[in-house]
Amino acid sequence: MKSLFLSTALAALIAGPALAGKAFISNERGNTITVLNTDTWEVETEFFAGNRPRGITASPDGKVIYVCASDDNLVRVFDAETYEELPSLPSGPDPELFILEPSGKRLYIANEDDNLVTVTDTETRMILAEVPVGVEPEGMGMSPDAKFVVNTSETTNMAHFISTEDYKIKHNILVDQRPRYAHYTADGSRLFVTSEIGGTVTVMDIAEDGAPTVVGKISFEVAGVQPEWLQPVGARVTSDGKRLFVALGPANRVAVVDAQSLEVLDYILVGQRVWQLDFTPDEQFLLTTNGNSNDITVIDVAKEKAIKSVQVGQQPWGVVTID
Amino acid sequence: MHRLHQSLLAALVLLFSTSAAWAIDVKAAVLRIDYPTLLPISRYDLPPDDLGFAGAALADEDNGTTGGFLGHTYETKTMAVPPEGADAAMAEILSSGIKLVVVQARQDDLLRLTDQAADAGALVFNARAADISLRDEACRGNLLHTAPSHAMMADAVAQFAVWKKWTKWLLISGSNPQDVALSDAFRKSAQKFGAKITEDRMFEDTGGSRRTDSGHVLVQRQLPAFTQGADDHDVVITADETDYFARFMSFHLWTPRPVMGSGGLVPTTFHGAHEAWGATQYQTRFEALTGRYAMPEDYNVWLALRVVGEAVTRANTAAPDGVRDYAISDSFELAAFKGQKVTFRDWNGQLRQPILLYDGRITVSVSPQEGFLHQTSPLDTMGLDRPESRCDAFQ
Repeated sequence: MKSLFLSTALAALIAGPALAGKAFISNERGNTITVLNTDTWEVETEFFAGNRPRGITASPDGKVIYVCASDDNLVRVFDAETYEELPSLPSGPDPELFILEPSGKRLYIANEDDNLVTVTDTETRMILAEVPVGVEPEGMGMSPDAKFVVNTSETTNMAHFISTEDYKIKHNILVDQRPRYAHYTADGSRLFVTSEIGGTVTVMDIAEDGAPTVVGKISFEVAGVQPEWLQPVGARVTSDGKRLFVALGPANRVAVVDAQSLEVLDYILVGQRVWQLDFTPDEQFLLTTNGNSNDITVIDVAKEKAIKSVQVGQQPWGVVTID
Repeated sequence: MHRLHQSLLAALVLLFSTSAAWAIDVKAAVLRIDYPTLLPISRYDLPPDDLGFAGAALADEDNGTTGGFLGHTYETKTMAVPPEGADAAMAEILSSGIKLVVVQARQDDLLRLTDQAADAGALVFNARAADISLRDEACRGNLLHTAPSHAMMADAVAQFAVWKKWTKWLLISGSNPQDVALSDAFRKSAQKFGAKITEDRMFEDTGGSRRTDSGHVLVQRQLPAFTQGADDHDVVITADETDYFARFMSFHLWTPRPVMGSGGLVPTTFHGAHEAWGATQYQTRFEALTGRYAMPEDYNVWLALRVVGEAVTRANTAAPDGVRDYAISDSFELAAFKGQKVTFRDWNGQLRQPILLYDGRITVSVSPQEGFLHQTSPLDTMGLDRPESRCDAFQ
């Protein structure tokens, strides 16, 4: 019996499509994760992911998928190959977004209802700390050296810089209304914070010791679109630090920004209510979740053009890609 | 001594380099007048004891969490009084040194209390009165409105009706002065957006028996007869601030038509089922704190105190003039779970905000509607626009 099981597993390993990249998309309303083949852009499957899945990420080795099951008050964990559910992680109430440190050990989770950031150990599945932050914590960013985690609070309107050494807040920076997302450049020298209702992206330069200085603000303007609908949400910056992509929510566009001069270069039309973004690991493509049209848009990063849209589940929210 | 000097200097440098670190203890008050009124048509509309105060409690928590990072504290005193006790209550609030007062009162009382507050240099927020004249000739320089006006509410309904191409209206007004005032707002809205009132009727308030065991029997016979023979119309618009007939209208018309206004589809600033734009988080925080659903008055009070919080956080002031000047300045913006920032009209102190259209269970739509354009803000298609308002207290 045992050998039979082993050989089956071995066969699966050999036959498995090991080379195909995958994207995992959390469907907030459908309570599922859609698995997309990033070579063929075909949907492979869709599986139950808990109630109100939102934030989604992968372990550094790409073997495990973590998803914030907001209405279950926990982080659900899935095998990235078999989609089998693994033991869940405690998250504190109403987890919305989280960030995994580069080592894959500690997960920093925003608890939207409780004004807390919960730190969970992914190995022992224990809560290591709860850090009180502003009202409605949401966005989570991490400095590439893993020394700081940045949380944005939507009603307090601050970016809180939490030290990963002692879990204490070292800096609080006021930004525009309803900050949604925080994202560092790969070299850690710059941080972008999007403000959904303020309609801006606050740009901070980060000193050697991690201290932030606000150096600019990016605004958006699209002919024929009311300024009220230009609502920055998800953001990604290319690893060379040259291009910033910003999802503009109900404006149904992704802004292309020169990440150094902060000039907005272009707007790419995508699906409706574009929310979060992720690059494919080779950075060739950028995927956008479009919550109201229930699809994702694939953007060719070099050409800065949308090349395809793919129907996924109900109200796609977050996306993560693996090799 | 030398060392003391140095540390003093260091402390001074620290103080001046981080101006946001000035400690401010913000004290505000909510004054509510409880008027003797008949019971509402629906038990769901019974006012809870902490109406409005619950919004203040949530605002104190929200502001206080932010203030914790900046050295600001927030404390709000709440008082509910009968009409005859209002002046003494305001005097008590002012004499305790509080200069930021949210008032839930009707127009005449509100104006008197606002003038009383002005004498003490205090700023008042109107969280209840919808009268248009408060945003017009009777406006006050120390009065900001988080409550929307009748004009904003009527325009919100009118835009939706026009968007639906329901442009022929049967307008039914109540007979009490506040009902008539609301019906006037609907007449103006019809004109503004190109709807036609094909018939204009008044349903007299003769006192009713609606809550008796057989009340529905009478309602079921009276209302169809009352609405019989009206000129051709697409929709019935009701103006019933008193709450004595409009809630009954939907299923008791002679000609089956949608009902809007005070019954059927109702304009509101907020309701307990509103979920869009992150409002779910507002609802869960509110319910955890108070044990009930949020009502519009709670939201209006919360908004007023959040305006104060923004002024303290961003402009470093809790002084009445400072809060007012910041609130009506271009720098002010506030996220209020309505999908876009809310701001103040600098000509009359009215908060611009989207209006929810509510059927008693869900948000059916939100005005301003698509296609109603404005050179400044689509929100200014609702209510008194700059050229329409005769208010000069903000100049």
